[in-house]
Amino acid sequence: MQIIVCVKAVPDTATRIKIASNGQKIDQEGVKYALGPYDARACAKAIELRDAIKGDSKVIAIASGFSDGERDAKKRLKDVLALGADKGVFIADPDPEHRDPLSVAQALAAAIKAQGKWDLVLFGRQAVDDQNLAVGPMTAALLGVACVTDAVALEVTGDKAVVTRAAESRTETIEVKLPACVTAQRDLAEEKYPKLKDILGAGKKPIETFAFAWPAPAWEVKKLSAPPPRQAGKIVGEGPDAVPKLLELLQSEAKALTF
Amino acid sequence: MAGHAFRGEDFFSLDDLLSDEERAVRDAARAFVSDKIIPIVEKHHRNATFPTELIPQFGEMGFLGANLHGYDCAGVNNVAYGLIMQELERGDSGVRSYCSVKGGLVMYPIFSFGSEKQKDHWLPLLAKGQKTGCFGLSEPDHGSDPAGMETKAELKGDTWTLNGAKRWITNGTIADVAVVWARTKEGIRGFLVEKGMKGYSAPPIEGKFSLRASVTSELVFEDVKLPKDAVLPKADGLKAPLMCLTQARYGIAWGAVGSMMAVLDEAVHYTKSRVQFGKPIASFQLVQEKLVEMHTMLTHAQLTCLRMGRMKDENKLKPHHVSFGKRNNVRSAREVAKLGRELLGANGICDEYQVGRHMCNMESVYTYEGTHEIHTLVLGEHLTGIAAYK
Repeated sequence: MQIIVCVKAVPDTATRIKIASNGQKIDQEGVKYALGPYDARACAKAIELRDAIKGDSKVIAIASGFSDGERDAKKRLKDVLALGADKGVFIADPDPEHRDPLSVAQALAAAIKAQGKWDLVLFGRQAVDDQNLAVGPMTAALLGVACVTDAVALEVTGDKAVVTRAAESRTETIEVKLPACVTAQRDLAEEKYPKLKDILGAGKKPIETFAFAWPAPAWEVKKLSAPPPRQAGKIVGEGPDAVPKLLELLQSEAKALTF
Repeated sequence: MAGHAFRGEDFFSLDDLLSDEERAVRDAARAFVSDKIIPIVEKHHRNATFPTELIPQFGEMGFLGANLHGYDCAGVNNVAYGLIMQELERGDSGVRSYCSVKGGLVMYPIFSFGSEKQKDHWLPLLAKGQKTGCFGLSEPDHGSDPAGMETKAELKGDTWTLNGAKRWITNGTIADVAVVWARTKEGIRGFLVEKGMKGYSAPPIEGKFSLRASVTSELVFEDVKLPKDAVLPKADGLKAPLMCLTQARYGIAWGAVGSMMAVLDEAVHYTKSRVQFGKPIASFQLVQEKLVEMHTMLTHAQLTCLRMGRMKDENKLKPHHVSFGKRNNVRSAREVAKLGRELLGANGICDEYQVGRHMCNMESVYTYEGTHEIHTLVLGEHLTGIAAYK
């Protein structure tokens, strides 16, 4: 079984995002990049599935993005190789900051097709930088296969996968024929820590380059704005005596509670 | 990795000087510490217990004897090894002590001075966390002056008989093997003493107010009979245990950085959110001055460590460099923890916050593995050529 996992380099979750003075980019000063938390779960699941399936199974990680510096997407492929993936595929993108999701999906779909046989493509449900939640489903559409989003459980039996997904106030269990795409929620797998030996071994695993002719962007980001600063809090009283007033204000003013 | 939301202070962008592998090792250790150690360490510190369930996990990650090669050890370079010690001590000095004693003082001497049989038997078990080790050099009456040791081993026929006592031994009570240094006819030699041997006991030292999440013990040897091959064949004289201590002290210098990172992080967050006189206390000059002092000491220590690590990887690091790193960084970490405690006010004395634990831990670290004063004299000797401690 050939499992593909698509990942993106995103600012780590400790980063405080600042907007550059031209209002069009993120200020890169002090920003560190990492695998996003959803991508990390997708990787962990891909490796878990490979290890559970007997025979010649492989995990291939694919990423597009910058080819050097802190944002180098190859570093994130190395992270996935250290977690246990067998091969990385890197798609150089000279301008990832202005890339729209459809273009990224086109690049990924082309790179996936170039791998020959593939059975399952995993994505994080969203990249935690631009939060589009679009690339996974778009790639599935371009590949002409089903996409099950927000998976919290995934089992593969023969040429089918049973996926449990988180829907509003319920879970859905879906059987889907392979090949298919699945996007990962946090609960899909426990996050794995790379072992030191595997970090050292990752440098010896192959990272292939896939050339892609990027189309003109389908959209243009005009402006980035920071969210408005948080308003100062209000102290309604102290101790248990303040609870009725607090409940009243949470209901009437903040509209955070409905009874 | 998602598990760690910790961003250590890196004022001079030292991350830019780390290889991808070194950063990946640091990040893996950082996530492990955030997820597995920090949530449980307060309870262990309060109850004076060591989290033994972490030992096999340390082994699985490759933290034990990480800079040794072969025998199931990870084989990372010395900068990566230092970064692991830094992150572990960001969790707790006691937890870091477990790993650095095991790597620097148990696995290193077996690796460097042991027979192939000793290495093949012990190193994989210790590396995987299936067995624990301790190092017996200090004695109740001989700390800074190990040459005065009283523990003795006598060889008759094919049997060594060991008598004496060791004290202040990290991991002692839980150790499956003790690397014990004893006086013999031929000078000081090292021995592997196994748990359960007749006449060998390792009672814990109770009532510590420092390194509470770590086991500290006494080792007692009463006519312990050891086979002839229990001796470390290549360890000859006091130089051997001192070489081990240089390894462990190198890790301590990095560990002190981790403690300072934890304390500074907590102090900055606390002072920005604690409001007095209508504004966050971080806006007061007296508070900022303390934060800046803490930050300056941390940054100096980080620069020292990275340079030491690069020199160690180039085989240029000398014991006096390590004395500098241990002395400077631990003194700073002790001071930083104290300033952090002051900034947290009364909250600083409760274990809901980390600073008090780090402050108490640093009292041990200041004194163990070569006291601050002995390292001062090592550096004094380096400058003057005169050994004041002889």
